[in-house]
Amino acid sequence: MNTPTTRWTRYASPATFYPLAGRLIRVFSWLAVIFCAAGLWVGFFVAPPDVQQGEGYRIIFLHVPASWMSMFIYLVMAFWSAICLGFNTRLSGMMAAALAPTGALFTALALITGSLWGEPMWGTWWVWDARLTSELILLFLYLGVMALRSAIDDPRRADRASSVLALVGVVNIPIIYFSVQWWNTLHQGASISFRHAPSMAMTMFAGILLMSVAAWMYAIAVALARVRTIILEREGHAEWVAQLEEITA
Amino acid sequence: MLPALIAIVRREMLLALRRRSDAMTSLFFFVVVVSLFPLGIGPEPDVLRRIGPGVLWVAALLSTLLGLHRLFADDYADGTLEQLALSPTPFSWLVSGKILAHWTVTGLPLVLLAPLLGLQFDLDGRALGLLAFSLLLGTPLLSLIGAIGAALTLGLRGGGALLALLVLPLYVPTLIFGTGAVAAQAAGLDYSSHLALLGAMLALASFLSPLATTSAVRIALE
Repeated sequence: MNTPTTRWTRYASPATFYPLAGRLIRVFSWLAVIFCAAGLWVGFFVAPPDVQQGEGYRIIFLHVPASWMSMFIYLVMAFWSAICLGFNTRLSGMMAAALAPTGALFTALALITGSLWGEPMWGTWWVWDARLTSELILLFLYLGVMALRSAIDDPRRADRASSVLALVGVVNIPIIYFSVQWWNTLHQGASISFRHAPSMAMTMFAGILLMSVAAWMYAIAVALARVRTIILEREGHAEWVAQLEEITA
Repeated sequence: MLPALIAIVRREMLLALRRRSDAMTSLFFFVVVVSLFPLGIGPEPDVLRRIGPGVLWVAALLSTLLGLHRLFADDYADGTLEQLALSPTPFSWLVSGKILAHWTVTGLPLVLLAPLLGLQFDLDGRALGLLAFSLLLGTPLLSLIGAIGAALTLGLRGGGALLALLVLPLYVPTLIFGTGAVAAQAAGLDYSSHLALLGAMLALASFLSPLATTSAVRIALE
């Protein structure tokens, strides 16, 4: 019974996953705090000021990780959506549901930090650049998935319907990205290049990397915490929920 | 399989003919929205010529959206959709027929009307032809993508606004390449790449969208 496959697939059951998630949250929260502290320290004190942008560039340590996570979380959400549709497992739908708000948060954060950075550096809050536009559409995709989910009362139907939408969106993401890029380059010359100077200091890169790991760990911890509440919400009628320490206490 | 497709397209066309006001409403909406722009922005021919293709495309997008929720709603309400899903003919084939009929009723009139409205924006003959051709490639794409959204929001409260939120972001590439072709032609650039990409997306969507739509309808029918 305890083959390598069953050892992992038994965590597809909410009853076994719930306590595991509880333990994992603690690990990933601590990792997030540690990496965030290290990343902020590198970002504020170790990394040298930029030649052209001075101290103002330091928002990069929040902006780049947020942008990376916004796209990465969408892929993870689409992955769980595919599992949900393919294997019809309950937990994968819940995972997809738990990831959407965090993804939307990082997308919004990337847009906000981007415009805060853009204002002093380029003198404008917003340009209809390829990256900005596709990030904005990514935010709309997240909001669409969340809106569809909240419009459907039956949780199983909500899972499956928003899974279809997430997968349709993932097909569209490369198309949107390239279409926006080509649209932009055809209309106007590249007035602002997002590419950094090639001589990016090693410490800057290390800071971005540390903050990215921190954002990643944070996303995992928060998604797990959210999936735990979703489990409690949906499995409230189950025997094992009634026997949980935090319920009986 | 072909007779089944023809039968369902004929049925949809007949229904549309019996309820002409539905299709006419979205066509009229298209005309009104397009006419609002010169009033709002001002009648300078230079400005109008520049924004014309974009205005026509955005209006086409919105007017497609207007009747989209009716694509499956009536059949869902009276149980026809369930019968179609049970039929021995592959369901996605029948759904493709419904999408084809939807485009013929709502998309094709837009394509035919667009050159006429383009004249109001002072577009020249070549631009008008290209605009109509880009709409000819693009409007079926709008129907195909929209069908997924219509199926997902089947029987939900607040369906209309939700449908717009789901579908409009997915319309962005179509809009970009459609208007991009006309803009490239106006700038004296090569526009064939835009049309090729539009055609590629149409080919991809004609295969994938009925499958996604079908699974979405099945979820709603459960």
